[in-house]
Amino acid sequence: MAVAEARAAPAAPSLPVAPRRGAWSAFARHLLRDPYALAGISIYVVFLVVGLTAEWLAPYDPMEILFTPEGGLAASLPPGSDHWLGTTNLGRDIFSQLVMGTRPSLIVGLSAAVAVASIGTVVGLLAGYFGGWADQLLMRLTDIVLGLPFLPFVIVVTALLGPDLHNIVLAVAIMLWPNAARVIRSQVLTLSQRQFVEAARVTGAGEWRILFVHVAPSVLPFSALYGAFAVGWAILTQASIAFLGFGDSSAISWGTMLQDAYASQALDRGQFFWFMPAGLCIVLVVLAGFLVSRGYEDLLFPKLRDDK
Amino acid sequence: MPYLIRRLLHMAFVLWAVATIVFLMFRLMPGDPSAAFIDPTFTVEQQQEIRAQFGLDRPLPEQYLIYLGNLARGEFGLSFRQRQPVIGMVLDVLPNTLLLTLTALLIAYAFGTLLGALMAWNRGGRFEAVSVPLVLTTRAAPEFWVGMVMLAIFAFGLGWLPSGGANTAGAQYTSEWDRILSLDYLRHLALPALTLAIYLQGLPALLMRSSMLEVMQEEFVTMARMKGLSERAIMLRHAARNALLPLVTAFALGFGQSVGGNVVVENVFSWPGLGRLLADAIANSDYPLAQCAFLLIAFVLVLMNFLADLLYGLLDPRVAHGRG
Repeated sequence: MAVAEARAAPAAPSLPVAPRRGAWSAFARHLLRDPYALAGISIYVVFLVVGLTAEWLAPYDPMEILFTPEGGLAASLPPGSDHWLGTTNLGRDIFSQLVMGTRPSLIVGLSAAVAVASIGTVVGLLAGYFGGWADQLLMRLTDIVLGLPFLPFVIVVTALLGPDLHNIVLAVAIMLWPNAARVIRSQVLTLSQRQFVEAARVTGAGEWRILFVHVAPSVLPFSALYGAFAVGWAILTQASIAFLGFGDSSAISWGTMLQDAYASQALDRGQFFWFMPAGLCIVLVVLAGFLVSRGYEDLLFPKLRDDK
Repeated sequence: MPYLIRRLLHMAFVLWAVATIVFLMFRLMPGDPSAAFIDPTFTVEQQQEIRAQFGLDRPLPEQYLIYLGNLARGEFGLSFRQRQPVIGMVLDVLPNTLLLTLTALLIAYAFGTLLGALMAWNRGGRFEAVSVPLVLTTRAAPEFWVGMVMLAIFAFGLGWLPSGGANTAGAQYTSEWDRILSLDYLRHLALPALTLAIYLQGLPALLMRSSMLEVMQEEFVTMARMKGLSERAIMLRHAARNALLPLVTAFALGFGQSVGGNVVVENVFSWPGLGRLLADAIANSDYPLAQCAFLLIAFVLVLMNFLADLLYGLLDPRVAHGRG
């Protein structure tokens, strides 16, 4: 302790700001330099724009049953100028469903990211900084979550609490926050040994002030990384739940579209235009998250970096 | 405390915690708490018997103790639909799930390990530049959708393979082994196993790649190179063998996770396994069956996590003899 204080004293004037700026500007530089990350960001932006403007982009109401000019049901039409991706067996416009289906995916993905990042950060900060029983509790909770099967748990939670999107987000957050918390905890452990924290302590800052003003900003890039991981998991999970029929069947999403196609024998009839686009959209959005977080992970954990 | 005993205690703790979570989840659900075990259409005798067996008219803490006792004895209640003990129904489909998982993992790890080694070998080359994003794409693809595409092409389009189930309806077998070892079973297994393997191979591929890259910088590889061994011999005899260690634990962990993760694939291919049973039970509000299936899936997961821990300790003695 004495050694640490002695070392900290000269550092006191140039206090705590340095680490946080470093991490964030490194993040920005990484995004601009890494072509994969840039591709990921571009995909996000496209889907965000589509999600926000879905009402204007969709030519029809996605649930509306359409009729041909001759008065017959516009069922199972192949792609054409009136229906870019054709229609379902009940005469609904597939392109409109695809556009409107962007929303639930984005909502689930982004809210899960925020939930995982904030729970993981707060718990990781407390456990890492105060140690003791808070630390023990975090470790045991993590062990328990590792013993819960991911998808079956989400299925049971949505079945018991109801099929709303926020229950899916809740279940995903319960399953994913411990990873984030564990990593942030270990970051806090190393950070609290660092000079700027000692310096803050010497200048009389309280424990909470040190934790949230001096330590927390430095771990936020890690929170962002685990948030980015959660986006993909949450979107895949929501789609799986919808496909299994435990989602909100009245709301159009890519998962319900695929479930509809599966249940209506679109596979049997070879209607690829019905079930390919929604699947590809899920792949793109989830892949975008991987591309952004992958290079970013290398940046935050230099040990994992494998260049020579 | 010896490593093994510590891990065993740890496993017992996690199992207890998971069982407790299941208890709470199914009793805190909306409606009558006894609804988790009693269907209104049960006969009066059946209702009374189950009420007594699970102590459903007692206070919650007492119910909890009875529940733990029942778990230890393997008593999980009666299925709402089938009117028979759920444990039998769950154990009946367990082999199908285990076989599907094992087949998929074996394909995935054989292919993924090779792919990962090739990626590391071609570090910075065109092969790596194409395969890394490709592997990430397979990880991003929802398994049920990959399964749908497989069905549309190989089952419905080309007609090469059956579209669902584990055996052709009406087929007669002399024993369970006869059923599982038949060509018919293998043909039914092919598409779901391949679908799962496409998803699962990504992890061993990426792990093997980074593990190889790490090992290739170690001194013994430099040493081998200085001894004048060919690049191929270095890769096969030295680098690959040591790089495989992390994959062994990943395999065990992957097994535990897939048994639960199979839910969607089993449903796409109507594969009569645990995941499909769980989904059907939930869809039919057959709560005793759902609880039992969930507990068994969790049990396999915890057991595999335990085995992975042990393997990790065996392969890396620093862990076992490290801090106690």
